[in-house]
Amino acid sequence: MTDTAIRPARIALVGNPNSGKTALFNALTGARQKVANYAGVTVERKEGQLVTPGGRTIRVLDLPGTYSLRARSPDEVVTRDAVLGRLSGETAPDVLVCVADATNLRLVLRLVLELKQVGRPFVLALNMFDIAQRQGLRIDLEQLSREIGAPIVTTVATRKRGLDELLTQVDTLTLTHSNVGDNTWREPSAGEIRAAHAEAQRIYRDCVRPPERPDTVTGKIDAVLLHPVAGLLILAALMFTVFQSVFAWATVPADAIDAGFAALAGLVSEHLPEGLLASFIADGLIAGVGSVLVFLPQILVLFFFILILEDSGYMTRAAFLLDKLMGVAGLHGRAFIPLLSSFACAIPGIMSTRVIDNKRDRLTTILIAPLMTCSARLPVYTLIIGAFVPREKVWGLFNLQGLVMFGLFATGIVFALLVSAIIRRIFWRGAAEPLMMELPTYRWPEPRNVALNLWTRAKIFMNRAGRIILPLMVLVWVLSTFPYPPEGATGPAIDYSIAGRLGKFIAPVMEPIGFNWQMTVALIPGMAAREVAVAVLGTVYAVGGDADSHDALSTLLSQQWSLATALAFLAWYVFAPQCLPTLGVVKRETNSWIWPTVMFVYMVGLAYLAAFVVYHTAVALGAG
Amino acid sequence: MSDAVLTADDAIASDAPTRALSTASRGETGVIVAVRGDTGVAEAVASDELERRLLEMGFVEGARIEILQEGLFGRDPIAVRVDDTRVALRRREARAVTVQFDG
Repeated sequence: MTDTAIRPARIALVGNPNSGKTALFNALTGARQKVANYAGVTVERKEGQLVTPGGRTIRVLDLPGTYSLRARSPDEVVTRDAVLGRLSGETAPDVLVCVADATNLRLVLRLVLELKQVGRPFVLALNMFDIAQRQGLRIDLEQLSREIGAPIVTTVATRKRGLDELLTQVDTLTLTHSNVGDNTWREPSAGEIRAAHAEAQRIYRDCVRPPERPDTVTGKIDAVLLHPVAGLLILAALMFTVFQSVFAWATVPADAIDAGFAALAGLVSEHLPEGLLASFIADGLIAGVGSVLVFLPQILVLFFFILILEDSGYMTRAAFLLDKLMGVAGLHGRAFIPLLSSFACAIPGIMSTRVIDNKRDRLTTILIAPLMTCSARLPVYTLIIGAFVPREKVWGLFNLQGLVMFGLFATGIVFALLVSAIIRRIFWRGAAEPLMMELPTYRWPEPRNVALNLWTRAKIFMNRAGRIILPLMVLVWVLSTFPYPPEGATGPAIDYSIAGRLGKFIAPVMEPIGFNWQMTVALIPGMAAREVAVAVLGTVYAVGGDADSHDALSTLLSQQWSLATALAFLAWYVFAPQCLPTLGVVKRETNSWIWPTVMFVYMVGLAYLAAFVVYHTAVALGAG
Repeated sequence: MSDAVLTADDAIASDAPTRALSTASRGETGVIVAVRGDTGVAEAVASDELERRLLEMGFVEGARIEILQEGLFGRDPIAVRVDDTRVALRRREARAVTVQFDG
């Protein structure tokens, strides 16, 4: 007793995808969750803590969902190794909790048989038991418990039912070590899987009486949502709504954050003596934190929809509907979620490629994600389009400025698909990874669950992005601040800094694509984040970068640049990797410098080529 | 001996025609009589691996099958009910599953 009272017990949740495992994890641990990575791999590690009624601390690990211990993806390797207690840097869990959807027991029973072979104490949690009861599904719990050789508890995670019983069982198991045996698990052959399946079927037939009122709603919904034509139309309408909401709902809080940080920076410059410290705090730190936070509203809105679509069971349907279309470009159906996220910001998009099992599928998706038009490009597009594209109607229907904006979005998408197709046809040839995914029963998303998961997502984004973006912002500040301009200098200070010198140094290289040196100087600090280029252009043209001077800058640019130059600049921005944070996240997610390098090189190449072609075509057409 | 194997044996004994799941159309129902990862063409995963994945998703001899939906382009992928579970897969992998369809 004393031993276990001192050391917190560790339990791990394991189960099929869609078994309500994460809902149970949320119900057990509430907001006391920590999300990190497992040592050496980019698999998310979710751990939470709880205190039992008896005053004992229990640590809960939420393992990635799986159908078998035979691992096929990095996620499933983690689950297998955690279950077997051989995950490096982790202590083996004291008790395994196998979470099963009580209404969908067939496949999980085979996983339970595998867990039995592992010889560690485990308990089976029959989750969503209320739905099973409503369907009139009868499960002989005593017999099932005897068959699997482990205690069973029934739970309703979303209503916090059965949690105390579960913890009591965990307590009992940690104290008695009842069903601990030798580990006889090894990777099963096809024959052994068949045998285990037959055994699971036998147990199912002996212990479970089929539901009197089976779920028919899912079939009816699928008749519409998976319909070849109607399904795709509904998906398109849904995506359009998500897209609109991301921009409509997020604009006000994003602008407020932006203004708030600008005011804070202004306050600092006002009250601190002008000099290095004030500049560092205002332009380096505050602007840096602001540039991370300004994307939070969009990311929250986007993740809100993604979580609702996931929890309801729709996400797999979307992957089903889009699989063929994406397949033409060599992408997996699941790449759809990360690519959709990338319209807000490539960083959460690249982070969410973890849902893709196959390494090459995942890398391809990562490489093309920054070609989706992220929201940081919008200030740049707005400035240039506002300055150069006349506000007139085309065919009396479309707004010309809007059309150009749409064209820039479309160019990004088309080239993303082209690049992916080229990668998969030339560099990584071979058959596509099989698509095999369960289409789960539709369920209403639980608000509490969505809120908790949204909170977790926000924390992850702030944490990871903050750790990458902030140092980069400081670096860019250093580059654009030092060295100081000499005494009696007339030009703006940035001209004399390292960034300014670098910009002027590469200016000859950029001349063939129509860029002047002011533009190339703006590109260097613009590496911190795309929208920073707007502020820097304001600085180098000495009109200031704040909102009041936006119109002044727009007017000035329309006088200083030719139309060809402006169009080339837009083309550059569609493709160029003007975002160090993205490259940093790619490094983190791939654990290698190779992929950010590949991304940088191919995107700069495409950007240069595109700007070159656009500039010379425009000049030839008389827009020089 | 379990019923699952019996059903499959019954199907084979009745020498009704069997076809690959990849040839099925929407609304067709039947019983799986064989799952063989070796589809005769190169796959991204080894044939043994494909077979095991199909088995783990419930595509096992004796399971009842119903084709629920087909994709718009090339009628691919397909949504299949396997006993109580709904699974999406491509026709490419569905070649590994042989089904005796109901008349």
